[in-house]
Amino acid sequence: MTEVIATNQTILVVGGGISGLTAALEAAETGKQVVLVEKRPFVGGRITQLYKYFPKLCFPTCGLEINQRRAKMNPNLTIISMAEVTEVQGEAGDYSATIKISPRYVNENCTGCGDCTRAVEAEFDNEFNYGLGGMSKRKGAYLPHKMAHPQRYVLDPRIIGTEDADKAKAACKVNAIDLEMQEETLTFKAGAIVWATGWRPYDANKIQPYGYDRFANVITNVEFERMADPQGPTGGKLLRPSDGKEAKHVAFIQCAGSRDHNHLLHCSRICCMATLKQTHFVQDAWGDDGKSTIYYIDIRAIDRFEDFYTRVKNNPNVSFIKSKVASITENSENGNPVLHGVDVESYNRDGNGGYDRYATEYDLVVLAVGMEPSVDKGTFPVDISINEEGFIEPAPENGGVFAAGCASDALDVNRAVQQATGAALRAIQVVNRVAGTEGQ
Amino acid sequence: MTELNTAMIEQYRNSFLQEVEANVEEGEWVKMCMQCGVCAGSCPLGNAWEHPPQEIFMMIRAGKREAVLSSDSMWMCTSCYNCISRCPRGLPITHIMHGLAHYAQRLGLVPKNQPTQRFAQMFWQNLNKKGRVNELKLGLSLYFMNGFGEGVKTSLKMKDIGLGMLKTKRMAVTEAFGGHGVKDLSGFQKIMKKAHELEDARIQKSGN
Repeated sequence: MTEVIATNQTILVVGGGISGLTAALEAAETGKQVVLVEKRPFVGGRITQLYKYFPKLCFPTCGLEINQRRAKMNPNLTIISMAEVTEVQGEAGDYSATIKISPRYVNENCTGCGDCTRAVEAEFDNEFNYGLGGMSKRKGAYLPHKMAHPQRYVLDPRIIGTEDADKAKAACKVNAIDLEMQEETLTFKAGAIVWATGWRPYDANKIQPYGYDRFANVITNVEFERMADPQGPTGGKLLRPSDGKEAKHVAFIQCAGSRDHNHLLHCSRICCMATLKQTHFVQDAWGDDGKSTIYYIDIRAIDRFEDFYTRVKNNPNVSFIKSKVASITENSENGNPVLHGVDVESYNRDGNGGYDRYATEYDLVVLAVGMEPSVDKGTFPVDISINEEGFIEPAPENGGVFAAGCASDALDVNRAVQQATGAALRAIQVVNRVAGTEGQ
Repeated sequence: MTELNTAMIEQYRNSFLQEVEANVEEGEWVKMCMQCGVCAGSCPLGNAWEHPPQEIFMMIRAGKREAVLSSDSMWMCTSCYNCISRCPRGLPITHIMHGLAHYAQRLGLVPKNQPTQRFAQMFWQNLNKKGRVNELKLGLSLYFMNGFGEGVKTSLKMKDIGLGMLKTKRMAVTEAFGGHGVKDLSGFQKIMKKAHELEDARIQKSGN
């Protein structure tokens, strides 16, 4: 059984992505007791699935390593993975939270040796690679990614009760596999709560004219990120899903599902920079043979990002077309997606008046999908103020619950971390108040 | 130049956008366009338009009154609603196109012999007589719209369909003589008269 020692002076952090992890560490390093609850089997969230950060083009693994080390070294921080908060009751300074922990089937004896993975045969789509999971499968006993913290394997619940589960158990030399593990429910106290449930990419299937559901070579920006990663499904090569052909001519479609009355109302803030960054991946992979074309309404690269934008604009291998693409079709002979629309800056370019209509083929199309809150509006297990877009509003009636990172708005990593630090401070203020009244 | 046209030019000397907002159905949406071009790209007849919708919206804002109102672009709209369903700002583009066409018609600025306009006028007159569209008469007047010779040719081309329709009772020869109408014809005419009065008063008010 999992045990948690928590009081009214404990801070509960919901979500262990970069925002939740930051808030938890900042609070724990001031000496507060912190319990971090994470749904996935590891912390770090979606940044673990990124290849490079903008604007420095550095690797997220670097900051992740630092944060995981901080987490390992801090005795004030308890991480509970594969757990979800199902209910929160009470008020600021006196909350009672109920969590549901899914069975991992692997206990703390695990040394991360990987014998179980080698023993089992069943394979599944690797969810770590989003929709490209089918391009490289993972085993039924697996480590979600190489740097996963906690560094402990997971058994897929789909192999439980099959021969594979027994094989994994037999292969384990340290008796770490416990096939009898059950779902647990746990209730504990907390004085303040940092809500950091983050975001998910907008479902590209909902953008009907772009055919994400119909055309293999139309992918999303998060999938392209996995493709560029040497640990990803293609080993870091830009190969298109339909036939493994080298993707040299890549189109990026901005505002795919963002700033759109039919989809997300808000600007997701990160997609312009993410695309500008991803043109570097094309350039780095193919040199002058790689061509990127960005279809945009307007490029939103704020303050210091403007320099990054200017540099990309000066790259002769990257072109910009001001146009919201109307639709995508597929050339059935070669599998190339064909983009259709009107270039709204082309008026009278050829001297005959009118706008240029294009029907242009590419090897691969990347939809720059935006962020939506990962918790559906109306399903929050706690009574807090949620705005029209589904993000948490900083309202007084939220009491001791503070939003951190993308649960509060569409943010890039840099801003999410700053915002999470602020949320940690607000939570610390609440538990300090409790400590004052309790005479400590 | 019609009197109304002169009055409107005087009234909105410097702002065609305001004129459109006040007088064109759904015209108040024009300023919401963000020039993404998805309407132009989505229009199945897009390459037949001199000015696609997003260009018309820009021309309205730029005060190109003559060019917009005497354009035949908005008459090309077939009401497929592709633009409306894709517009990220939710502009009722189809309705604005019809609103502009109607306004241009009232001001007498429609290009001569614009076929859609002529057919619309024919349809309207046909409908106004009995409160119901007389399809036989409407079809025939459409065939003969461009002269007797072409009318005969088109009629002969369509004769098999016409005979088929007669046989299956989808069309009656008797419709050529008077034809059927609504039950309360005088009531219908009163409604139309009132509607005209209201519309005239609205336009008159905005033109003063």
